[in-house]
Amino acid sequence: MLKQMEGSRAVAEAVALCRPEVVCAYPISPQTHIVEAVGEMVKDGSLSPCEFINVESEFAAMSVAIGSSATGARTYTATASQGLLFMAEAVYNASGLGLPIVMTVANRAIGAPINIWNDHSDALSQRDSGWLQIFAETNQEALDLHIQAFRLAEELSLPIMVCMDGFILTHAYERVDMPTQEQVDAYLPKYEPRQVLDPADPVSIGAMVGPEAFMEVRYLAHAKQMEALKLIPAYAAEFKAVFGRDSGGLVHTYKADDADTIVVAMGSVLGTIKDVVDEMREAGHKIGVLGITLFRPFPITQVRAALQGAKRVVVLEKSMAIGLGGILAVNVRMALSALPIDVYTVVAGLGGRAITMRSLHALFRKAEKDDIDPITFLDLNRAVVDKQLERERATRRSGPAAEAILRDIGVVAAKLA
Amino acid sequence: MDKPFAITLDPGSSLANKTGSWRTFRPVYVDRLPPCNAACPAGENIQAWLFHAESGDYEKAWRSLTENNPLPAIMGRVCYHPCQGGCNRQFVDSSVGINAVERFLGDEALKRGWAFEKPAKSSGKRVLVVGAGPSGLSAAYHLARLGHTVEIHEAGPLAGGMMRFGIPKYRLPRDVIEAEVQRILDLGVKLKPNTKIANIADAMKAGKFDAAFLAVGAHIGKRAFIPAADATRIVDAVSVLRSMEGEEKPMLGRRVVVYGGGNTALDVARTAKRMGAEEAIIVYRRTREKAPAHDSEIEEALQEGIMVKWLSTIKQADEGEITIEKMALDDSGFPQPTGEFEKLAADSVVLALGQDVDLGLLEGVPGLEVKDGVVQVGPNMMTGHEGVFAGGDMVPSERTVTVAVGHGKKAARHIDAWLAGETYAPPPKHEVATFDKLNTWYYSEAPHQVRPVLDIIRRQSTFEEVVQGLDEGNAQFEARRCLSCGNCFECDNCYGVCPDNAVIKLGPGKRFQFNFDYCKGCGVCATECPCGAIKMVPEET
Amino acid sequence: MSFQPVKFYQTGTFTVGNRLLPPEQRSVQSQEKRYNSINSGHRACQGCGEALGARYAIDAAMEATNGRLICANATGCLEVFSTPYPETSWQMPWIHSVFGNTAAVATGIAAALKVKRQQGERRNIRVVAQGGDGGTTDIGFGCLSGMFERNDDVLYICYDNGGYMNTGIQRSSATPPAARTATTMAVGPEPGNVFGQGKFLPAIAMAHEIPYVATATVADLRDLEAKVRRAMEFQGARYIHILVPCPLGWGTASHDTIRIARLAKETGVFPVFEAEHGEVKSVLAIRRQLPVEEYLRPQKRYAHLFGKTPQVEVIARLQALADRNIRKYGLLEGN
Repeated sequence: MLKQMEGSRAVAEAVALCRPEVVCAYPISPQTHIVEAVGEMVKDGSLSPCEFINVESEFAAMSVAIGSSATGARTYTATASQGLLFMAEAVYNASGLGLPIVMTVANRAIGAPINIWNDHSDALSQRDSGWLQIFAETNQEALDLHIQAFRLAEELSLPIMVCMDGFILTHAYERVDMPTQEQVDAYLPKYEPRQVLDPADPVSIGAMVGPEAFMEVRYLAHAKQMEALKLIPAYAAEFKAVFGRDSGGLVHTYKADDADTIVVAMGSVLGTIKDVVDEMREAGHKIGVLGITLFRPFPITQVRAALQGAKRVVVLEKSMAIGLGGILAVNVRMALSALPIDVYTVVAGLGGRAITMRSLHALFRKAEKDDIDPITFLDLNRAVVDKQLERERATRRSGPAAEAILRDIGVVAAKLA
Repeated sequence: MDKPFAITLDPGSSLANKTGSWRTFRPVYVDRLPPCNAACPAGENIQAWLFHAESGDYEKAWRSLTENNPLPAIMGRVCYHPCQGGCNRQFVDSSVGINAVERFLGDEALKRGWAFEKPAKSSGKRVLVVGAGPSGLSAAYHLARLGHTVEIHEAGPLAGGMMRFGIPKYRLPRDVIEAEVQRILDLGVKLKPNTKIANIADAMKAGKFDAAFLAVGAHIGKRAFIPAADATRIVDAVSVLRSMEGEEKPMLGRRVVVYGGGNTALDVARTAKRMGAEEAIIVYRRTREKAPAHDSEIEEALQEGIMVKWLSTIKQADEGEITIEKMALDDSGFPQPTGEFEKLAADSVVLALGQDVDLGLLEGVPGLEVKDGVVQVGPNMMTGHEGVFAGGDMVPSERTVTVAVGHGKKAARHIDAWLAGETYAPPPKHEVATFDKLNTWYYSEAPHQVRPVLDIIRRQSTFEEVVQGLDEGNAQFEARRCLSCGNCFECDNCYGVCPDNAVIKLGPGKRFQFNFDYCKGCGVCATECPCGAIKMVPEET
Repeated sequence: MSFQPVKFYQTGTFTVGNRLLPPEQRSVQSQEKRYNSINSGHRACQGCGEALGARYAIDAAMEATNGRLICANATGCLEVFSTPYPETSWQMPWIHSVFGNTAAVATGIAAALKVKRQQGERRNIRVVAQGGDGGTTDIGFGCLSGMFERNDDVLYICYDNGGYMNTGIQRSSATPPAARTATTMAVGPEPGNVFGQGKFLPAIAMAHEIPYVATATVADLRDLEAKVRRAMEFQGARYIHILVPCPLGWGTASHDTIRIARLAKETGVFPVFEAEHGEVKSVLAIRRQLPVEEYLRPQKRYAHLFGKTPQVEVIARLQALADRNIRKYGLLEGN
């Protein structure tokens, strides 16, 4: 059924159709609207039976989720940014214990400086946590991926983060096709936990494991994640059979077959990139796109297959490995190891900086000529950083950098005036 | 459940880890000798019968008690209860009233008509017991239960011996004696009263006895020379007490002086008081501390109005008056005359200066050794003559009913062994459970509503027969004051306090066992054992 | 008081068992076939108060729930010594997540169980969470407070041994003043833990006005069991704080574990009471009052108070704290 709604609402309704039994909520922008909506459905009885718990922190949210999942309840929560970091210890623990929790991460930058806007720093900080990570390009895909996520998590007994760009998707009103309960019920079987806390068959979950078995436990976590590479395409195919549309999967190429230059990206920015690529294609540029839906496990084979015909690859990512460059780019480079393909890292859109078609046009045109730095910062205000660097060189006690920069570019001055 | 590797484990699987290997000390269950048992001259296992009384199984308690002593109703009245002097509870509040509980059990048995179990089979051996006093009755009882044929020859008209002829009725009602004696006779013991034995060897031969136990009481009062006027009435205490049993009561007058400081002196003074004497005065040459009488009896006598002249001797008795001389203790603690005199009004003087045993029946028996008026016996209670054993007042010992009963039991065991051509070896005694071995935290205080009542009963029950003994509730309460020193009473503490579940509870009456697979030797069980029944010993390498 | 002490019958209710009491009045621990929720073979030190306290408490909770109980356990000694791969000592469903989240994990379990009941689960399965004082009063405090204020149906049990013993005896917010730990060494002008710091979590729990809060020690088993039983009669958040001496951390003889706990109670150092909905309902009165010195002296963590020059002023300050407990809770009343 087609509906015009906010992304958060769409996700909330999709989650509700999955019949979660325990949902823990802690407010943090830009995720908040999702749990608000789920909470409302629990409160009005339309989602029942379900326990909706207002916890005191994200750490508690993930911990409550661990408890409920281990007790055999389908469990959902959502977070973003600082919240994800605050729950990090429990995030690792949930995957270590093999608990199939589904969590939406409404991607947002990490402070300091505090910033509520979108980038992928939060989710990517947890890339080695043992969780599966999938990135939605559109609200429809976000909605669909949640339904697939429950199925996948519970089959593998591993937790999954469904990542969607904060504000850009969560707060955007778009038309979505909301499936029916019957469709979801047909697609998503009842949760049969692999292990459960039950007095009838008591087990101890969370033992202390020493050097004699720890490596094996970790290897098994890896091996299990890798199984997702097989399961996801199958589940996506089944999804298409039930719901009638392509959604999910590992990677998606766009006009890439004959492309010399392929732009790699994750999330909503793919839409903008495709628009630019369309225009450039019309102008005769041999450029294409590879969208990565599954970031963990990283689909190395599929990425390599998609990119091996290109001359150069531009990885445009909303994250940054400070002191190295890109995060996604490093992963892509690994997929391309030993291939004679130049890989450019473009860090873009940090902290919600708009990624405009105009900037992308310029970037891609320069890239085609191999006229960009191996690590490029899109739309960086060079004058501002140079000035700050100079200031710090000159004055030992130069004050907080962020505030100085805001003053330089006139934002603070304007407000004070 | 298809459990994830390593992080999810099967329940209770730590049993594979035998933590017993950590141990440097190991706990060991021990049985220590309770101080009450250690102090009991009759060799009663007091703690064992209190254990049954605690749970209200009085018959079992009585049966346990009578394993060692067939006369609990008597003993519960006349025993000076050294057990209570040994009781560790005195260091907590006050001793357990063991004697009162014993009396309760004895009376309960008489009330319910509990009988002794007859021996399963007869040995075919015949044993002659001479004297139906406590020692003879005790020996007869034990011998009968061991399957021997027993005949008691008693010189007097009735059984009881000095219990009847030396202890006043107010301390020991006669129907109690009758009943407890009858219960022994019901075992098949034959009592022949008015049968004075002239010569033991002849009597044994005549009656075809295989062994004999001599238990003649000290019925003959010792005399002392006191210059006296003819009109002065001087009698001996044993005669006075004996004549109390007859039709003709002794005439002692209004003012009676008793000479001596033993229990008999007190008995006769208290008897005189009960006979209507206005004054009963005890004259004793030493101090109260030195008097052989039990302090409780002195206390009770004083409470009854008996007066005592300590450190005094009678120098002369005249009509209606005696002269006493004050004494003073010398450096070595002996009384010496001071030359200071005093006159006391006295209608009669009762001499209570000790008693002798009539050893006439031993004359001409080869091998016997008599010294200081008593027969010498070996550790097995046998005299110098094979097959002739002796006990009670006849042998060198303290002369109390309890000691006599103890002799009877001990002799019976040796006689039994001797008859079988064997030697009786008593089991080795355990180390005494002294107070420092206990953890008294765990014992309850007596509740306020019961405690004062008990205090009164405990005091009175040994005072006067007109006062009732303990009723069932009180007796049980009193029994439950027992600390069970040195012996497991299954309080479950060791089982409960072990941090390693390394104590196995074997079930009611079966106590506990350590599981050394897991016991780490921490010693909490030993520290928290209320009664000191666990000992920590170094682990062997 | 949630249990009627029996003061006669020889040892009354002081001992673990008592053959003279009717079976229904006997302790859970005295049962021949008790749960032994934490089994033999665990790797706790000799004389471990926490191992003992855990079995006391969890067995009592198992008894109260007819074995229908799930346990969440914080990181700490108890977790480490009971579940080293490949062996676990727990004979019940048990989960360990991380150090500071146990109350929240338990909330999750309770929530799941509630939903399962709505879906037709007929068993009334309950949840208990447990941790040491570090995992409870410090790192787990946020989650604990959250569980309290939401009144989640969880019994949280804190085994208080006054420090981080698993990591090598460091100070926690439950470490008492003057006690030596690896981070409050007995050196300098004010050796040991400082005065005026720390928190008494039972009082904070009471401030949440949760249905039930109690303290207990391993020295009073019957009181402890009764409190667990009472706690299980309530729905909602409940908290029991159990003092469990640590021979290693306190420097006491392994056989003295219960004795030391008893001294803590008898000196007034550790008040034993229970509260319902924020109000104290009963106290376990001091039976034979003793000066705090009796409690302090056997413990090496206080050895610096009894050196060549005894620290009489410090001992007096500790006595004053005990006296305040005695006054505040009326520990000498109703004896």
